[in-house]
Amino acid sequence: MIGYRAFRDFDWVLWLVTLAICGLGSLQIFSATRGTIWKGVFTKQLAAIALGLALAWLISRIDYHTLLGHAPLFYVATVVLLVVTFFIGAKFFGSRRWIPVFGGVHLQISEFAKLILVLVVARYLSSVRNDRLEWKDLGKIGGMVGLPMLLVMRQPDLGTSLTYLPILLAGIYLVGLRWQYWAAIAVVGLVLVPVAWFVYLKDYQKARLTTFVDPYRDPKGAGYQVIQSQIAVGNGGLWGRGVAKGDQTQLRFLPVPHTDFIMAAFAEEHGFVGVVLVLGLYMLLLMQIVQNAREAPDRVGMYVCMSVGMLLLFHVLVNVGMVIGRMPVTGIPLPLMSYGGSSILTTFMMLGLVNNVRSSRFVS
Amino acid sequence: MPPVDFQHQEEIKEREAQFLLREDLKVAAVKIDASQYLIFGVFLFLLSGFWELQVHRPDYYSEAAQKNHIKALPIMAPRGKLLDRDGRVIVDNTPVFTAMLSRETLKEEHLPPIAEGLGLDLEELKQRLQRFEKRPKYEPVVIKEKLTQAELSFVESHRDSETFPELDLIESQIRQYPQDGVAAHVAGYVGEISDPELDTAEYARFKPGDVVGKSGIEKQYNDWLTGVDGKRQVVVNNRGREIRELGKQQAVPGKNLTLTIDLDLQVVGEIALEGKRGAVVALDPRNGEVLALASSPTYDANRFAERLQSEEWKAMLADPDKPMLNRAIQAQFAPGSTFKPIVALAALETHSIEDNFGVRCGGGATFYGRYTRCHKVHGGVQFRDAMALSCDVFFYTAGDRTGIDNIAKYAQTAGFGKKTGIDLGGETDGVLPSPSWKARVRRERWYAGETINVSIGQGALAVTPIQLAYTIGGMVVGGAWHKPRLTNDAGRGGDRIAPRRAVLQAENVARIIDGMYGAVHGGTASSARIPDVSMCGKTGTAQIVSNDFAKARGGGLRKDLRDNAWFVGFAPRENPEIVVAALFENGLHGSSAALIVRDVIKAHFEKKTRLRQDAKVLSMQQVLTRPR
Repeated sequence: MIGYRAFRDFDWVLWLVTLAICGLGSLQIFSATRGTIWKGVFTKQLAAIALGLALAWLISRIDYHTLLGHAPLFYVATVVLLVVTFFIGAKFFGSRRWIPVFGGVHLQISEFAKLILVLVVARYLSSVRNDRLEWKDLGKIGGMVGLPMLLVMRQPDLGTSLTYLPILLAGIYLVGLRWQYWAAIAVVGLVLVPVAWFVYLKDYQKARLTTFVDPYRDPKGAGYQVIQSQIAVGNGGLWGRGVAKGDQTQLRFLPVPHTDFIMAAFAEEHGFVGVVLVLGLYMLLLMQIVQNAREAPDRVGMYVCMSVGMLLLFHVLVNVGMVIGRMPVTGIPLPLMSYGGSSILTTFMMLGLVNNVRSSRFVS
Repeated sequence: MPPVDFQHQEEIKEREAQFLLREDLKVAAVKIDASQYLIFGVFLFLLSGFWELQVHRPDYYSEAAQKNHIKALPIMAPRGKLLDRDGRVIVDNTPVFTAMLSRETLKEEHLPPIAEGLGLDLEELKQRLQRFEKRPKYEPVVIKEKLTQAELSFVESHRDSETFPELDLIESQIRQYPQDGVAAHVAGYVGEISDPELDTAEYARFKPGDVVGKSGIEKQYNDWLTGVDGKRQVVVNNRGREIRELGKQQAVPGKNLTLTIDLDLQVVGEIALEGKRGAVVALDPRNGEVLALASSPTYDANRFAERLQSEEWKAMLADPDKPMLNRAIQAQFAPGSTFKPIVALAALETHSIEDNFGVRCGGGATFYGRYTRCHKVHGGVQFRDAMALSCDVFFYTAGDRTGIDNIAKYAQTAGFGKKTGIDLGGETDGVLPSPSWKARVRRERWYAGETINVSIGQGALAVTPIQLAYTIGGMVVGGAWHKPRLTNDAGRGGDRIAPRRAVLQAENVARIIDGMYGAVHGGTASSARIPDVSMCGKTGTAQIVSNDFAKARGGGLRKDLRDNAWFVGFAPRENPEIVVAALFENGLHGSSAALIVRDVIKAHFEKKTRLRQDAKVLSMQQVLTRPR
C-alpha cells in the first residue's frame, strides 16, 4: 500500500509544473551564457535541480510534525551560521553572503533561512489558541523573523532580508489581527520608512529606488539595468527573437541575464507568448500550493503551505516586477529559474514540505 | 467507577482539538480564497506590464535595442600614393587608430572626461561637434587621429555601453610624408576641409571632416588622389567590441600619381641646399617635365599635416626663414647676370649689335650722366668673353643699343613677367619692367638709365627660379617653351600639349650657348665644370642694396642684405636634356649657386651612365646564359 499512497500523495501537478519552469530556466541560462565566462553554469544548475529533487523527496517522507519539532534547533543553527558568514563568508559584488563549503561550492545561508523561518513561524502560530494575535505574540514572531532579517541586512543584502517579511505577514494574516493592530503596524512602518532612508540605506540603494521612479534620470548609472531590461523585454515583442537570438541578452547589454534578469532574457527570446506560458506555470504552481493549504489536515500544515506560497509570490512579484520596471531593483532571484544553487535547493525543499503536508491530508 | 482511561481521554481531547481545528480551517478558508485572488491580481499586474512593453510598444524598444548594438562606421578610403618617375614612393600612407564620436548616443556630460582622456581641448571639441550639426546624426565625427598607446587603451576601456557608448574606434590610413622634408614643397600636405572650402563648387563632393589637399600636389590633384569612403554596419556587444558585420560598402582608394620628379636629382638638390635659403628647379627642356624642385629650408609635413592644425603649424608660419614658402615658384628677386642671355638674344635677333661688336671695359662706364661699375676690369671684350666673364660694360652698351622695348619683347617671349603655369598653386608672376609696364603700374615715365640696369638683370626686374629654368631652357632648345609639369597622369599627358614657339635664328642661339659654355669652361662658373659633360650656364649676382649703400656700410653688411646668388645651367651643349636654375639667397656670388646646379646635373648624367652600364651588363649576361 506504500506504493499506492506514495503515488496518491505525490503532487503530480506541483512537480510537473516545477520541473517545467526549471527546464525553461535552465534552457535560458544555457542560451544567455553561451560564449561567456559563465558558459558552464547551466550544468551546475541541473545538478542543483537533481539534488533539490532528492532533498524534496527526503523532506516529504519525514512527517512535517517531526520537522516542526526540531524547528527551534534549526533556527538556532541558522542564526549561528548567519553570524559565521560575517567572518568566513566569501565576498562577491561587495556583499558577504556566501559560506564556502568544498570544491568551489558556496552556500547562501540567507536562502536556507527562508525554509527555517517558514517552520518556526508556523510552529509558533499553531500554538496560539486564540483567533486573534496579541501584542506579545506579535513581539515574539517579530523578533523571531527580525533577528535573521537584521543579520542579512548587515551583509548587506536588503533584497533577501525583505523576502522574510511575507512569511511573517502571511502568518499574521491567517491567524487574524484586530484592525487597530494593523493600523498600528502601518503607522510604525510609515515612521520607519524615512528613518530607514536617512539612517540605514546606502547611496547605491537609494539610487536604485530613485531610479525606479525615473530610470532616465541617470540612464548610464543606476538606471542602466532598469532601462536595458525594459529594452530587452520590449525587443522580444509578441513572438520573441528566438532562442539564443536576443540581441540584448546575447550582446550582454542586459546585465546578469542568467540570474536576477533571467526573465528579461526569456522575454526577449520568447516574446509575450513565452511570458504568458511561464507566468501561467507560476500561477498554476502557486494555486496548487494554495490548494494544498486548503486541504491541509491541521493549522500548522496550512500555515506552512501558505507561507511558502506567499514567499514565492513575493519573489515572483518583486523579481518580475523589477524586470519590467514596475518594482525597484532589489537583486532577489526568480525562484526555480534564476541560476543559483542555494535558491534552487531552498525552493525545492519548501515544495517538498508542501508535498509533505499534502501527504497527511487524509490523516485524522 | 471505572478506572480512568487516560489514554482515551487524551484521544477525546485530541478529537475535540481537531474538531476545533477544522472549525478554524473553515474560517481560514475564506482567507485562503482571498489569497487566490491576490495571486491572480499579482499575475494580472505583471502580465499587463509585459503587454505594455511587448505588444503595445515593441517598436520603440526594438529601435532602442538596435541603437544599442548596431553601429555604422566609415571606411576611410586611403589617398593615392605619390611616386617618382621611376615608381619609387615619395608620399605613402600609414595605418593609425582613429577615435570617433557617434552623435546618436552622445551625452553632453561625457565630453569633458572624453576630452581629458584623449588630450583634447574641451572647447575645441565642442566647436568641432558644432561644425557637424547639419550632417546626419548617424555619421560619426572623427575627434582624434593617430592615437597613442595610452589614448588607444583609454578608448578601448571606456567604450562599453555603461561608460561612453558614443566612443568608436576605427583603423584608418593617414599620410606618411618623407622624413627630412624631402620634396615637401612639391608634395604639399593634407588637412581637414575648411568651411570656406566647403562653400566652393570645387569641393562640392566633400563634407565636413573630409581630408583634402591643402597645398602642393596634394591640393592640385586632390580629386585624383581622393578615394571614395565606404561604410560598414556592425553589431557590437556591450563592451563596444565588434561581433559581426551586417553590411559593407567597400571604400575605393584614391589613384596613385606618378610624378615627373626624379628622386635621385631631388635629393641631390636638397642636400646641396642644406643650411641655405634658396631653391633649385630642374626641368627637361624638351617636354617641360620637372625633374627636381626643391626649396630650402624645408619642413617635415608629418609633424603638422594632421586634421587639426597644431601649434607647430602656427609656429612654422611665423618662422623668419619662411619654411612654408616654396621659393622655387614663389621667391621673386632680380636675376642679375643670369638675365644676360635674354639681353643677348634681343640684341642679336634685332641686329642691334654686329657680329664682331666689342667694348673696352675699364671697370665701368658712364651712361646718361651716371657712372656704372663693372665687377672687374675686362679690357677689350667681345660677345663670347662678355658672356663667359659676365662683363657688365658690354651688356650696358648692348642693352642701350637694343632698347628696353626689344629687351622686354624678347624677355616676354621667353616667359618672364608671368607665371610659367606649372601645376602647383601659389606661383608668382615676377616683374618684367618696360615703359608700358611702368606707365601702367607706377604711372611714371621710363628713364633711359633704367634700361642700363635691366640690361644686367637689375632694377625692377624680378624672376622666380622656375621662370629662369623655363625661359633659358626654352631658348636653348631653339625657341620652344613647354609648360612645366609635375606629372603625366591625370590628363596631363606629355605630347598632347604643344609648346609655345617663337622663331629664333639658330646661329644666334648657338652663339649664346657658346658663351654660356665659356662661362663654365674658363669663365665665371669654372668651379661648376663637370668632366665629360658639356655643361653650359650663366652666373648671376644680384644686388639687394646699391653699391653706394654697401660701400657706406663698409664690410659689415648685414647677412640678409648680401647679394643673392643665381645660376642657370643646362647640358649637354648639343640637344640639351636638362636645365637647372638655382637661387641661393645672400649667397654673395653666382658661382656659389653654380655648385648647386652642378651637383644636380652631375647626378643626372651619372645616373644615365649607371643605367647604361647596368643595361649593358644585363644584356651581356643574357647572351652568355642563353642555352646553346
